[in-house]
Amino acid sequence: MRLGSGTFAAGCVVIEVLGVALFLRGFFPAPVFSGAERQAESPAPEPSAGASSNWTELPPPLFSKVVILLIDALRDDFVFGSKGVKFMPYTTYLVEKGSSLSFVAEAKPPTVTMPRIKALLTGSLPGFIDVVRNLNSPTLMEDNVITRAKAAGKRIIFYGDETWVKLFPKHFVEYDGTTSFFVSDYTEVDNNVTRHLDKVLKRQDWDMLILHYLGLDHIGHISGPSSPLVGHKLSEMDSILMKIHTALLAEERDPLLPSLLVLCGDHGMSEAGGHGASSMEEVNTALVLVSSAFERKPGDVRHPTRVQQTDLAATLSIGLGLPIPKSNTGGLMFPVVEGRPMREQLRFLHLNTVQLSKLLQENVPSYNKEPGFEQFKVSERSHRNWIRLYLEENNSEVVFNLGAKVRRQYLDALRTLKLSLSRRAAQYDVYSMAVGTVLVLEALVLLLLSVPQALSSRAELDVPLLSPVCSLLFYLLLLALAALHVVVCTAADSSCYLCSLPWLAAGGVMTLIAALLCAGMSALTRVFAGGKCLSQVELAFQNPPQSTSRWSELDLLSFLGTVGHVLSLGASSFIEEEHQTWYFLVNTLCLALCHQIYRKCLLGDDCAPQHCPHTGEEFDGVAVALQGKRAGPEGWELSRAPADPSSLEALRGSERWMVLASPWLVLACCRLLRSLNQTGVQWAHRPDLGHWLTSSDHKAELSVLAALSLTMIFVLVQKRCSLTSKVAMAFGLLGIYCYRAAIGNVLFPWQQDNKDISKGITEARFVYVFVLGILFTGAKDLLKSQIIAADFTARTVGLWEIHSGLVLLATLLLRPHNLPVLVLSLAIQTIMAQFIWRPLRHDVAEVTVMHYWFGQAFFYFQGNSNSIATVDISAGFVGLDAYMEIPAMFLTAFATYSGPVLWASHLVNFLTSEASSGSALSHACFCYALICSIPVSVYIILVTSLRYHLFIWSVFSPKLLYEGMHLLITAAVCIFFTAMDQTNTKS
Amino acid sequence: MDWPLSDTSFCIATQENTMKDTDIKKLLYTHLLCIFSIILSIFIPSFFLENFSILETHLTWLCICSVSVTAVNLVLYLVVKPNVSSKRSSLSYKVTRFLKCCIYFLTSCFFFHVIFVLYGAPLIELALETFSLAVILSTFTTIPCLCLLGPNFKAWLRIFSRNGVTSIWENSLQITTISSFVGIWLGAFPIPLDWGRPWQEWPISCTLGATFGYVAGLVISPLWIYWNRKKLTYKNN
Repeated sequence: MRLGSGTFAAGCVVIEVLGVALFLRGFFPAPVFSGAERQAESPAPEPSAGASSNWTELPPPLFSKVVILLIDALRDDFVFGSKGVKFMPYTTYLVEKGSSLSFVAEAKPPTVTMPRIKALLTGSLPGFIDVVRNLNSPTLMEDNVITRAKAAGKRIIFYGDETWVKLFPKHFVEYDGTTSFFVSDYTEVDNNVTRHLDKVLKRQDWDMLILHYLGLDHIGHISGPSSPLVGHKLSEMDSILMKIHTALLAEERDPLLPSLLVLCGDHGMSEAGGHGASSMEEVNTALVLVSSAFERKPGDVRHPTRVQQTDLAATLSIGLGLPIPKSNTGGLMFPVVEGRPMREQLRFLHLNTVQLSKLLQENVPSYNKEPGFEQFKVSERSHRNWIRLYLEENNSEVVFNLGAKVRRQYLDALRTLKLSLSRRAAQYDVYSMAVGTVLVLEALVLLLLSVPQALSSRAELDVPLLSPVCSLLFYLLLLALAALHVVVCTAADSSCYLCSLPWLAAGGVMTLIAALLCAGMSALTRVFAGGKCLSQVELAFQNPPQSTSRWSELDLLSFLGTVGHVLSLGASSFIEEEHQTWYFLVNTLCLALCHQIYRKCLLGDDCAPQHCPHTGEEFDGVAVALQGKRAGPEGWELSRAPADPSSLEALRGSERWMVLASPWLVLACCRLLRSLNQTGVQWAHRPDLGHWLTSSDHKAELSVLAALSLTMIFVLVQKRCSLTSKVAMAFGLLGIYCYRAAIGNVLFPWQQDNKDISKGITEARFVYVFVLGILFTGAKDLLKSQIIAADFTARTVGLWEIHSGLVLLATLLLRPHNLPVLVLSLAIQTIMAQFIWRPLRHDVAEVTVMHYWFGQAFFYFQGNSNSIATVDISAGFVGLDAYMEIPAMFLTAFATYSGPVLWASHLVNFLTSEASSGSALSHACFCYALICSIPVSVYIILVTSLRYHLFIWSVFSPKLLYEGMHLLITAAVCIFFTAMDQTNTKS
Repeated sequence: MDWPLSDTSFCIATQENTMKDTDIKKLLYTHLLCIFSIILSIFIPSFFLENFSILETHLTWLCICSVSVTAVNLVLYLVVKPNVSSKRSSLSYKVTRFLKCCIYFLTSCFFFHVIFVLYGAPLIELALETFSLAVILSTFTTIPCLCLLGPNFKAWLRIFSRNGVTSIWENSLQITTISSFVGIWLGAFPIPLDWGRPWQEWPISCTLGATFGYVAGLVISPLWIYWNRKKLTYKNN
């Protein structure tokens, strides 16, 4: 089957989108959480046998006061191992002989402080998705122990890591946050916590005291777990524990309601001193519960038992008499309540299992078949029977024995429920990730292998579809993949997304993989066969000595830039500051263009394109490049009327000066835009023009700027539109100013006070009408050009109208201080097209790469970054009464990616208006697809290998989402290109 | 440094090659002197100035380095005289030429300063640092150009276009200049990294990059010319 290279590229990108979607689904497992609103629902009553039991209230608290002593990076052997014996004598005494319970709590990766605090207090396993869900606000929105305790009127005091204050604003009656920024300081951070201790321990006005010590973690980061500093720090912590414990004991008056002291770590410490990954040292933390309620008989030796870190939330809730958080996946640590009467024990277990089974019901469609749920039903039934027996009979031994049996049933049910819940959360679904990666890579390899054919002058390529489907290899592969699928899915603890798909869909994916592999193989053989032929031809004709000058500086720069950018994605700082990379590259590009222009203008350099046809593609070895050159020596540049090399010198005076000045103009524009929005992380706090403009003191300046920008947009856009869309554009831009005035961003000159701020729905919808009108006119012109053959002007006008419709939409959605970005983007497009690309006759590939780079730079110029927090969600509400998911998502995505989209649409315009060659558009589409899919494919592999990195959730995952979204946009762009190309070839 | 030029190669070489070889040798020695001046500028001042170190008193080092490299370049130019083109040698001509060179140097400093600002250097704060970076870059690139080609912008452009060089000296000039530019370009890379090292401060990494690039160019260019001496054919040869 013969396909145009544009169509082929679009198909490959669509397949990549599919692969990335699969990868994302595996990378971000659907979190287990309770979607139910937090409301005052009554706690589950005790299973009643008729009307005889009426214990529907929550059980009373077990402890009067709770002190949580959280020591960052407290590994289990720091307490229970030889270090503990040596440096923490008091704790060791408590663990071995005192009234305490000790556990080894297992933390789930990422072993980083914030998710661990969330896990400790919500009992859930925080995934990345919940970071996305509460965009912008670091506040913990999920149901948790602290919020419950606050609601129950407990007074909470907190000293320590600032993260807590951000997670729980307004929860603490008193707090002092220390920052964990200066890792090299390990004394002062802890003294800042301890200095409050004496005062607080004397006071009686609190119920919960939380202390978070950072020093140990800092020591780990500086010098590792075996450093002598660790010993000192542990002794210090031991003395603090002793101080708190003695103070608590002295205060304890009511022996029935003792206090509880929790010593725990949030994560461990690797042998190198860091944390974040999932090695044993990082995952195992110490957890010691100290209370006089855990009195033990002499000779009772208790070894630390293994629990999950999430179990603490349920235990604390029960201990404080609070409802268990809804998303909790942990189980009650049973030894804590072992001393209570049997009826209470069963009541606690019942509450916990009811909560877990509710969570299971919400998250698993077929919860009825889960073994845990069945066990829960069985134990609830026997619990009911036991209550009846308990209330009727007094034979305590029989009742006790039966109760012990129910208890065992409950504990079994609890364990099974916990297992099936935790299996669903916080695990990378490696199988789906691998399948997605394979799909993406196959599509990329196919794209790369077909470079020479696709960029030939015919811009067509043979896609052997029939032969691979019939080949033996395809069927063997399909069989092997199916077998693999069955093996993976029937494995004991599989919770893969692919396995939960219906068989037909999974089979489709497998078929796609096998077919792509076969296609790749045949393409590979073709390349090799072609390569052999070529080398013979070359031997026959003797390679011209020109081969060193095959790559112009521009090609070299775009190749190195692409490679450098892709490599930079492996470093978290470069991802945070990716805007710097693009600004740097765009600047360098402008300087390279400047060099080229000056050389040509002043020297009449003979390196004009027709003398040394650039290969224009940047990603392949010399062999492929050579091949491409042979395949179509004329196909590389826009085939316009051949111009003499000194055409630049023939330019008229003013135009010549414009050509010479244009790179500097573009550079100046970029510098201006750069200071408009400071973005990234390190320099984000620097003052920028955007903040200055948006502050309420400078509303007048902002209004003037917005009005100017709107005028400039009209001037820049209107010259190539038809009259109808000119008028529509003018009205649309007026409407935008009215909209911004209505929502109070800008002022009318006659209205000095902004009293009535509305949502501006009418104004925004007024603009939408014009946007749709312009787009419709554009589409109409395109159709007309298709019917009336060779109506070239109608086509260009139609395309430009679509472009201007998009510009109008972006103008409406972008915030007013970002309007200069749009103006300058249009200005740069005009300058570059008029004075650089046209006179210098760059080939299609170069023009495409430049458009892509500028698109990326403008993505950041408008204030975006690679963190989720900079997405402007307000764009999704423009002209909408209430939140409507699909339009809001579309509008937000368009506003965020307006830079790349507008540059891509300008590329279509430029190529159709410039090139008479029919293949320009499909070449551009192919190049665009290739250059966009390379970073995504490499990034997927990078993220997979870095999945236990410290910054995986804070830096790499948001970037992954951005990359996925960018690929989706690219697919849309490529499909648009292909559609335009089709209309072109038909007409 | 071990220079692969041995006695046997002299014997085999033809007359033209001997010419070239002596030229290459001269080139090597001048370059070694330049490198030596940079090394001296690092070590000598610490005897005279207290608390002198490259990172902490960076601007001082920049000044000293730039002055010493300029001086060495000038002296070498006067001693070696690579281009024998100057026909007129009247005093007034020399003076105007010198003044023109000074103006060119200052212009290039401002030009580089503007480019750094366009690349994102802060506009007002740290202007002195940015300007000293511009000065050091001009020292590495403009001064050799001025010495060799004189104030002739078209000749400069010719050298930096393809197939435009006409002698070994111009070839080495091309290589050192380009490698200085590449060095300063690469030197900007570590700035966004969050390592918090003192050399990541603006403009230290860039000046170091430029210096390393310049030194690398000085080392590479005689070697490269030596390896490719058979292929290199200059128009005036």
